Amino acid sequence: MPDRSPSRSRHRPPMAPPPSFVWTRRIGLTLVGLLTFLPLYVMLSSSIKPLQDVQAGFEWIPAHLTLRPYADIWSTVPLGHYFLNSLIISSCSTVVSVVIAILAAYAVSRYRFPGRRLFSVTVLSTQMFPGILFLLPLFLIYVNIGAGTGVQLSGSRLGLVITYLTFTLPFSIWMLAGYFDSIPRELDEAARVDGNGPIGSLFRIILPAAVPGVVTVAVYSFMTAWGEVLFASVMTDDSTRTLAVGLRNYASQNDVYWNQIMAASLVVSVPVVAAFLLLQRYLVAGLTAGSVK
Amino acid sequence: MAAATEAARARVSAPPPTPPPPTRRSWERVRRIGLPYLLLLPAVLFELLVHVVPMLVGIFMSFKQLTEFFIRNCSAAPSAGLGNYRFALDVNSAVGRNLLHSFWITCGFTVLTVGLSWLIGTGAALLMQDPFRGRRLLRTYFLIPYALPAYTAAITWEFMFQRDTGLVNTLLVHDLHLFKQPPFWLLGGNSFWALVITAVWRTWPFAFLVVTAGLQNIPGDLYEAAAIDGAGVWLRIRSITLPQLRPVNQVLVLVLFLWTFNDFNTPYVLFGNVPPPQANLLSLQIYDTSFQSWNFGSGSAMSVLLLVFLLLVTAAYLLVTNRRGNADA
Amino acid sequence: MRRPLHRRPVVLALAAATALLTGACGSGSGSSSASGGHPTITYWASDQGSSISDDVRVLTPELTRFTKQTGINVKLEVICWNDLLNRILAAASSGQGPDVVNIGNTWSASLQATGAFQPMSSDVMKQIGDSGRFLPGALAATGAPGKEPVGVPLYSMAYALYYNKAMFQAAGIANPPTTWDEFVTDGKKLTHGNQWGVSVEGASTSENAHHAFTFSQQHGGSFFDASGKPTFDTPQNVAAIKQYVDFMAADKIANPSDAEYSNGTEAVQDFATGKAAMLLWQTADASLANYGMKPSQYGVVPVPFPASLPPGGKRADSIVAGINLSVFADTKNKDAALKFVKYMTSRQTQIELNKAYGSLPSVTDAYSDPAFQTPTAQVFQKVLDNSAAPMPAVPQESQFETAIGGVLKNLFADAASGKAVTDQTVAAQLNQAQQQLQAGG
Repeated sequence: MPDRSPSRSRHRPPMAPPPSFVWTRRIGLTLVGLLTFLPLYVMLSSSIKPLQDVQAGFEWIPAHLTLRPYADIWSTVPLGHYFLNSLIISSCSTVVSVVIAILAAYAVSRYRFPGRRLFSVTVLSTQMFPGILFLLPLFLIYVNIGAGTGVQLSGSRLGLVITYLTFTLPFSIWMLAGYFDSIPRELDEAARVDGNGPIGSLFRIILPAAVPGVVTVAVYSFMTAWGEVLFASVMTDDSTRTLAVGLRNYASQNDVYWNQIMAASLVVSVPVVAAFLLLQRYLVAGLTAGSVK
Repeated sequence: MAAATEAARARVSAPPPTPPPPTRRSWERVRRIGLPYLLLLPAVLFELLVHVVPMLVGIFMSFKQLTEFFIRNCSAAPSAGLGNYRFALDVNSAVGRNLLHSFWITCGFTVLTVGLSWLIGTGAALLMQDPFRGRRLLRTYFLIPYALPAYTAAITWEFMFQRDTGLVNTLLVHDLHLFKQPPFWLLGGNSFWALVITAVWRTWPFAFLVVTAGLQNIPGDLYEAAAIDGAGVWLRIRSITLPQLRPVNQVLVLVLFLWTFNDFNTPYVLFGNVPPPQANLLSLQIYDTSFQSWNFGSGSAMSVLLLVFLLLVTAAYLLVTNRRGNADA
Repeated sequence: MRRPLHRRPVVLALAAATALLTGACGSGSGSSSASGGHPTITYWASDQGSSISDDVRVLTPELTRFTKQTGINVKLEVICWNDLLNRILAAASSGQGPDVVNIGNTWSASLQATGAFQPMSSDVMKQIGDSGRFLPGALAATGAPGKEPVGVPLYSMAYALYYNKAMFQAAGIANPPTTWDEFVTDGKKLTHGNQWGVSVEGASTSENAHHAFTFSQQHGGSFFDASGKPTFDTPQNVAAIKQYVDFMAADKIANPSDAEYSNGTEAVQDFATGKAAMLLWQTADASLANYGMKPSQYGVVPVPFPASLPPGGKRADSIVAGINLSVFADTKNKDAALKFVKYMTSRQTQIELNKAYGSLPSVTDAYSDPAFQTPTAQVFQKVLDNSAAPMPAVPQESQFETAIGGVLKNLFADAASGKAVTDQTVAAQLNQAQQQLQAGG
């Protein structure tokens, strides 16, 4: 936790907060915490109840406890398989998306070139495209690419990776460009004097200073791919189905396995939450890289 | 370190020790001018493939009578001219009236959801700026709603909003005795609030995440200077933190706005394919026209109209926020 | 050494990603053509059992048997109901899809209009087997009249009245109702405390549309005229829909909470758990067993009729419900696909599958099996034979279901919140739905 050490005090106000602030903080965070808590409690308590109890209605303290749902989730739906698919698709699209966004954001932030404005505006405007509008065209394009080149994009993981990484590019580029903008240009110049080229200063100076931004963008990319339903429901088949779509399969035509839905949801969010915990350090690390000073 | 620097020098563009021959110099120039384009190239390619070209196809479709009869062979669909647009914009017809109604509902939903999400997210980020015990855990805890798949979040809220068996009525009617008769949350006027609550619960952690990251880039010396001037914590938030967050907020609010306006998952999971009229968002109307009625021409026309509206709002928003930003600077 | 370290993980990750992705692509999808005389066909099955894995368990032995008999391999994918139509749509628009697919039989006319399915001409029917084998009612729901059908019935279902025997006894009702007047009278007797006369799935568009259609048939109404134009707001349709919504609005024999039931399981669950005494539902025995209700606890009789049919009224008490089997027009393995259709509709397979799913066979010769000689099965068989009417066979059928189902959902919501449901409000809603459908067509 670099933000605890006094030498890194440049990121936070140095004074101890007054009581009014402390109390606001306590009350505010408690309220927000409760709001967050209620649905989570419903999920948790429903996930350890027999199905009939869940259907009978909500009760604060479950009458019967069982861990069966946590065992059943793996057989009702091939959850493990979906899990792996989601993990592969989300990780790949995140990595590629973040790298591409870093490069593009660097160009937008540090260069003035003809077409820069056009690029920024176009990229941002793609964020407005309603998914419903281009779901079918995109699917048809993928199918045609598959027919023309043999590269299967529809129904394959690759197709979803490409789709998702592009979904997140607009926000990522804008967010990162904003971050890069806020990093003083003197740092670039210092890097030049040190003998770095533009790419060198991007990776050695700018990126370390923009770690929170990069982490935010990565989390965003990952979560977008992790939770997307509409495109995945049309573009995947049995072997490539993702979690977000697969979770819906606990609700069949004849039954809704509420307890398993909740159990599965909790199970699939554990790795993500764990990753959040680990990433926190970077999210709040700020301009800690030694190269800055 | 030295080796890396050496490598970097060799690979990239450091000035060579002796004046280079002219050919080398012009090559350098080409490289310098070309570099930003090269950096943008991957992004441009993917955007073209996934967003721009399908979008153009979508716009093309909006001028076609693309119904179930022509789904198999889109190119054979007869031209509709502006028919699909007229159909959507005719406020005297049932369809046009419905769309207009949905538009206002969507606007209300968006303003509330974005406003509340931003407020809670920013508030929590500011309150957690200073270290205190358990901060790290609390931060992760707050991000859980965002870590859950969208489907789960919405279906959990649907479960909670059920009239006879949900937590909300258990809490309000049985425990707190606020109502005599258990109210409906998934039907009628309350359904709008159910939708807003669900959306806010899912969205605010994202605002929290972005603002938390944004706070990291505010130089500490600004705070130090303010502290020397004797400014209290509230004043510092108002006079330093919030203005410094403006670039982050500009993008954040815009993105939240666009997401919420186009949000399809939350209402679809909450209400199914036919939402209550009071919570009938545009995205559901468009989905219904395209995928239930298989009238992709009309659905595309509605989407294009939606897109035009969003473009106008975004342009206006950027103009206003940039001007204000410049005026402040 | 910062820079190389920074880069290497990225490069490694990219390489790993590429490997994973190309590996995934190799597995491929869609219909692969013959390999060494043993073609593989892809079959999209709808979810009929209690879960997807349950479906896989039921279907796999049948498919294995088929492969043993014919040498044709079947790649099975069970698709959940919510996704099925969109997947079919995507397959139809791209030409890349399965060879054989399950469809809801009410979609037949809509999908027929797309031309995506192999028409079952008389020649094709001969390849599959005699068309006289199929239940005539079920066969009627395979496409628009006068056009070559685009599928054959696979699983058949019909609506019936389920009633709780113990509750009827407690209320002193000797026989289940056969007319709607009796139904409402009994319903009122059965409604007290936390118990209601009937449970309805008030927010499910398809359930609503099915009931609206049957009630309208009994009232002599029709939702489309002979030329296929919508005629939603006729007095007969208004009366029919009002009668159904009045179970909640006027007769007060349905729990207002039913107005928010939407996922197609909640009304059944209320019936099974003793919150309601009656249920109008398609073959629900498997679901009821799932919720812990024993067959001895409930009775099954045909859905009531009006005491005397109004002029033009039809003796219809159910829609022809069920799942059809269709062959994609783009299939590269037409012969193998038709062989598969023939196999799936053969007596043996029909018995096994319908037994497992609690649905009814679509071929007459399967009914000799003892499993379909139970009183319940005979009720359904009689309904399917005599009094079930197919939903409107128009290309706009799915729009129609959504539109009418939505109207009823809104009316139930009004009724639940105490707003009056009158002929005028019903007619106004129907009129609006009709305008939307017309404009959308």
